[in-house]
Amino acid sequence: MSTTRPDLIVIGGGIHGCSTALHCALRGLKVLLLEKDYVGRHSSGVNAGGVRQLARDVAEIPLSVYAMEFWHRIGELVDDDCGFTCDGQVLVAETQDEFKSFRSRVQELNGLGYRHEELIDAAELRRLVPAVAETCPGGIVSRRDGAADPFRTTQAFRRKAEKLGARVLEGVIVTDVTREGSTWTVRTSAGPFEAPMIVNAAGAWADRIAAMLGEPVPLEVIAPMLMITARVPAFIRPVVILRGRKLSFKQFANGTVLIGGGHLGRPVRDQNVTVLDWVKLAESAKTVWDVFPAMRATTILRAWAGIEARMPDDIPVFGKSSTADGAFHQFGFSAHGFQLGPGAGAVMAELVATGSTNMPIEAFRIERFRMEGTKTAGGAKESARQVLEG
Amino acid sequence: MNELRDVSSLSERYDIVVVGAGPAGLAAATTSSELGASTLVLDENAGPGGQIYRAVTSTPVSAREILGEDYWRGAELATAFRASSSSYARGATVWSVGPALDESGCSEALEIGVSLGGSARLIQAREVILATGALERPFPIPGWTLPGVMTAGAAQIALKSSGLVPDGRVVVAGCGPLLYLLTEQLRAAGANIVALIETTPRTNWAQALRQFPDFVRSPYLTKGLKLLWGARRHLRIVSGATGLQASGDGRMTEVTFRLRGKEERLACDLLLLHQGVAPNINLSNATGCVHDWDDGQLAWIPRVDEWFLSTVPGVSIAGDGAGIGGAESAPLRGRMAAIAAATRLGLIGADERDRRATPVRAELSRALRGRLFLDALYQPAKEFRIPTEENVTVCRCEEVTAGQIRETVALGVVGPNQMKSFLRCGMGPCQGRLCGLTVTEMIAEARGVSPQEVGYYRLRPPVKPVTLAELAALPKTEAAMRAVVR
Repeated sequence: MSTTRPDLIVIGGGIHGCSTALHCALRGLKVLLLEKDYVGRHSSGVNAGGVRQLARDVAEIPLSVYAMEFWHRIGELVDDDCGFTCDGQVLVAETQDEFKSFRSRVQELNGLGYRHEELIDAAELRRLVPAVAETCPGGIVSRRDGAADPFRTTQAFRRKAEKLGARVLEGVIVTDVTREGSTWTVRTSAGPFEAPMIVNAAGAWADRIAAMLGEPVPLEVIAPMLMITARVPAFIRPVVILRGRKLSFKQFANGTVLIGGGHLGRPVRDQNVTVLDWVKLAESAKTVWDVFPAMRATTILRAWAGIEARMPDDIPVFGKSSTADGAFHQFGFSAHGFQLGPGAGAVMAELVATGSTNMPIEAFRIERFRMEGTKTAGGAKESARQVLEG
Repeated sequence: MNELRDVSSLSERYDIVVVGAGPAGLAAATTSSELGASTLVLDENAGPGGQIYRAVTSTPVSAREILGEDYWRGAELATAFRASSSSYARGATVWSVGPALDESGCSEALEIGVSLGGSARLIQAREVILATGALERPFPIPGWTLPGVMTAGAAQIALKSSGLVPDGRVVVAGCGPLLYLLTEQLRAAGANIVALIETTPRTNWAQALRQFPDFVRSPYLTKGLKLLWGARRHLRIVSGATGLQASGDGRMTEVTFRLRGKEERLACDLLLLHQGVAPNINLSNATGCVHDWDDGQLAWIPRVDEWFLSTVPGVSIAGDGAGIGGAESAPLRGRMAAIAAATRLGLIGADERDRRATPVRAELSRALRGRLFLDALYQPAKEFRIPTEENVTVCRCEEVTAGQIRETVALGVVGPNQMKSFLRCGMGPCQGRLCGLTVTEMIAEARGVSPQEVGYYRLRPPVKPVTLAELAALPKTEAAMRAVVR
């Protein structure tokens, strides 16, 4: 165990914290990662594993496209294939109206120079997803998308980061963060740690760290639910998602089918538990019943939910703190952050190491949530922000 | 008792829902309805009785001596239950118990997901008593997955519910207080039992003798001696066997074991394995109750208070599900849980509760006398709990071997939940019933820490599989339900 002071303390051992730890270690920084439970315990370990550029907010597309390059050589990065498979993701239109809106979406993206989303007609949709209901008129495919095993991926990033010298402490709860001069002191259940820089990657708990930095955010704690079925014969390769109704649908190589799509259970954040909402899971089941008639006799083996952070505008908080130097935020991925993880860690490492990045991340600035009454949170913080903004 | 045959005839709400109609569940329901609680019993089986009194109201095995006098005592519990005002649904599968959600958050009521007659339904209760009993402990030896090998308890189900007696040469192997009972029942029913192979480690006696004074005063002594006496008279008993294996080409044809260093072989057609039972904690675990590892019973036991209330408000656990206590203690625990639940519901006061509970508690302490002796004597040998051979299957659903589990621990996996995503161990339809204890103990041994530290699978509802169609048709409200049932 190294007793030398780290260059950076990462708070949170999800995919984002672990990826940032790894990319910082690759840049030669000494990293300490603090995780309050164990690595991948919450949404990073129990999400649907979708690796998706498809249907993203336009603001996220550059980061998503960048992250996709890491996914396609994930084995070289973390010495583990992370269960990544690339069979594409398909957004299925259930109605002609939806299909029309898909057409304008793809045109808009093409106009912005993005080519990963491709409009497909009913025939191509049927070729890619033979089991889809006859009534679906077409869709959008993103052919380089796929899926991975989320827990295994998060663990692989952690292991590789540790191999490169990062230190990971599990079961350590951060209680306070303060700064004196150019040194951050992170007080924890295991004593204080010091470093010149900190990254807040605390997921559904990140608002608490942000509040300690004097920049509260309207983070909503959510519990997206998933269900998995018994094994059924292979019948679908790409991940299928819907727009009108909430559904994401993925068959694994072992035959089990994961059903998700964003129906929410009830999180109890301070107890690390979630309560399932069976009425909403029944809605998911009904959607599958409609869209994939072949699935009707399948049995559901398990249902669960992860604890995740959602921002009011459904895009993350990513970038420098608005109140102090040497602090960074990487949270609030609003139930679609898994794919971004490998790329976001690289961008964050660049930001940490060099102070800037060419990646367009302005849309993710924490300042967008600056609330009345927090504006004058101390003169020192105010001037620090002006420097950052300047 | 009012029998309900489909989900639409269930009420929206009950005071108390009892899961399981074994001795604990029957007694709990009888008591709670006596105390004025609207009570519903949901049970998976075709009739009341649980496993110990399985099919007690319907068994085709009419000669009383085959199943033994103790078995028929279950009929008294069933009769009292029938005379009660409880509602009862047989063939009902409870797949979820959790807090009911309302607009503002989690309400105080509990929500129960149940399937009955091909349809699912959510109902509510203010109190839930889980009386889900015990499961046979896994017995992972080489060849235990071959056709021709089954658990002794499974053979007992076939006997009690359908009067089926196995053909051919039967070998029974293992340990535990029930082993002799099961063997004796099968023999009396006409099975050709060529040998009973005892795997109780001889060293267990030293531990057990410390508890002997307590055992001498327990009802188990006479029962046990009678069973042993009967078995020794009728059966070939091999004691102190180690290295037990089943083998055969596509089907088990031979059992091998070592006796005082010498290998022995026995040709047979059916091998029945049994090394004791452990609490069936699948529902209590998925409900979020806290469980602790018990070094005596080598199993996870839900943490309950003196009234059998778990760590989840409103959820009590009675019978062997709260730690193995045996058939005598189960109805007493059920009564205690029901008395306390009725008190929380405001049906009786604390004085009345204590007046009713005192004699039950005294009887319970008598019934549990001798358990520590049995736990110590019949603690299964380590070699039959933690397989040493790498190619022994541990997780049968996902076909994961002992070797794979040890390799994954070497990668840094610290517990069963983390292991799931590497091996899918415990993620099949049985949700760890057949591998959970083995996996916990294997990881603990490999890491050199206690099973308590390693932990258990975080189980997820549905605790029993539900079809997509059932779930899709789940009614939301009374009105919506009528629309769906049509």
